[in-house]
Amino acid sequence: MIKLGVPSKGRLMDKTFQWFEKRGVTLMRTGSDREYAGAVDGIDGVALVLLSAGEVPRELAGGRIHLGVTGTDLIHDKLPLWEQQVEPMAEMGFGHADLVLAVPKAWIDVDLTDDLDAAAAAFRTDHGFRLRIATKYHRLVRDFLRDAGVADYALVDSQGATEGTVANETAEAIADITSSGDTLRANHLKILSDGLILASQATLWRSRVAALEDQDRVVLKELLDKLL
Amino acid sequence: MTQARERVHALRDRFIAAGAQLVKPPILQPADLLLDLYGEDIRARAYVTSDALRGEQMLRPDFTVPVVQMHMANGADPARYTYAGKVFRRQEDDPDRANEYLQVGYELFDGTDPAAADAEVFALIADAVSPLNLRAATGDIGILMAAVDGLDISDRRKAALRRHIWRPRRFRALLDRFSGRSPVPETRAALLAGKAATDAPLTGLRRQSEIDARIAALQADAAEPPLSGAQMECLDALLNVRETLPFALAQMHTLCADLPALRPAVKRIDARAEALSARGIDVDNLEFEASFGRTSMEYYDGFVFGFYAEQRPDLPPVASGGRYDALTRRLGQGQEIPAVGAVIRPGLMDELEGAA
Repeated sequence: MIKLGVPSKGRLMDKTFQWFEKRGVTLMRTGSDREYAGAVDGIDGVALVLLSAGEVPRELAGGRIHLGVTGTDLIHDKLPLWEQQVEPMAEMGFGHADLVLAVPKAWIDVDLTDDLDAAAAAFRTDHGFRLRIATKYHRLVRDFLRDAGVADYALVDSQGATEGTVANETAEAIADITSSGDTLRANHLKILSDGLILASQATLWRSRVAALEDQDRVVLKELLDKLL
Repeated sequence: MTQARERVHALRDRFIAAGAQLVKPPILQPADLLLDLYGEDIRARAYVTSDALRGEQMLRPDFTVPVVQMHMANGADPARYTYAGKVFRRQEDDPDRANEYLQVGYELFDGTDPAAADAEVFALIADAVSPLNLRAATGDIGILMAAVDGLDISDRRKAALRRHIWRPRRFRALLDRFSGRSPVPETRAALLAGKAATDAPLTGLRRQSEIDARIAALQADAAEPPLSGAQMECLDALLNVRETLPFALAQMHTLCADLPALRPAVKRIDARAEALSARGIDVDNLEFEASFGRTSMEYYDGFVFGFYAEQRPDLPPVASGGRYDALTRRLGQGQEIPAVGAVIRPGLMDELEGAA
């Protein structure tokens, strides 16, 4: 049985279902609204696994699902060796979101990561602690800042309402996902000119480690032929 | 396993015989101190855990910091310490690198004769790994710092360069900007011309006065003459010195003519070469690389060295060490005790001997 993992709710689930539908594979939830069970029509030998988009990377890397739909951002952040563990099969054209580094718009002296580094050094001298950047994408942001040569910052964990942390004075800058930039603007934040950390969209991934029986290989090929 | 333990004991006993006192720092270290010293990058390299009482703790990524703290709290001067135990390093990029491994180390706190102290530690380590025929690489972070201090640029520019000695790419970008080789970014030019206005309200902890201070600093920087071509060439020549020690010293003495501020630092290397020679080290064949040690964790600020297995370039150094006076200054709250130390990885020695 080929296991296909897709997001279990919201717009991401609806768009995923539409994307498969267009390619002759019907995904549906079964049972009550609250029951996370699903079925697949249009091809035999494929089982639908409904789960949170954040869990798809782990399940792919563990080989518990063969195919999965989730964002590039989550794959890159959660799987350090993602190229060895998963293979991108198709970019699905929705769920566009960029992981960006943003600072208060009123910081007219900060436009590049170079400026952020200088501001961080001065901030540490003035305040006695490192300039705080709120994010939930710790590894991606740290790698990005190391490559950019930014020092004297500290990451603070923020699992939601990240744009509000600056006004609440729990962080001086943020790194978060944005699609339209509206929330950033509403919170008087601006994206650094070289502050694009990752451009992400919903993507269909194949696990490189999930075990395949002979019968599974036939089904997987048939499914991918329909989809790609 | 017993072979490994025997080697650890032998190394430790060798260091005790050299006069070291055995110390046993705890595995769990308070995270805030290590974070303060190394910055956020340490989180990518050390395991962090926590409890509700003590807050964030790290599995020790090295012994140096706790040993320095122990010494600062109650050590005599001079003092020698040895330790043996596991260190823990997160590995996110290379699954073949160990995430826990043994280190046996030797740390020497003695301000009377730095050259002799450097030579003592180097010779002790060289002797301990001598059966493996490793390649020794040496360098000196102090000479880079002296070069930066000797440039005809403002203190602000010097501070910026000093801060990024350990980030060679950023260091280069700063030099390119200070020497006028790279163009002023458009947004920076607009800001300097007073054309960067905003109607956005200021949110957060960073105050308007801090923004104004940085703009003033940028304006002062823009008014500063570029770093001269001659000094830039001199610095490049220094960064490219890679020779056996006598030739490297000859080259650096020549560079002193253009950058006289190098002289005290070069004299320190002269003195070290003599002290190494007195300890029986073949300095005529010892490699010196001015850029060596710039990508390691940023606490070494003088002599630096490493021992490498030439037939196994995939392996990290079997032994490494250096001088870290600045670290003792940071941890000593005003007090400073010159210190130099090194670690050996007995596991790598076993691996190399097994292959031989």
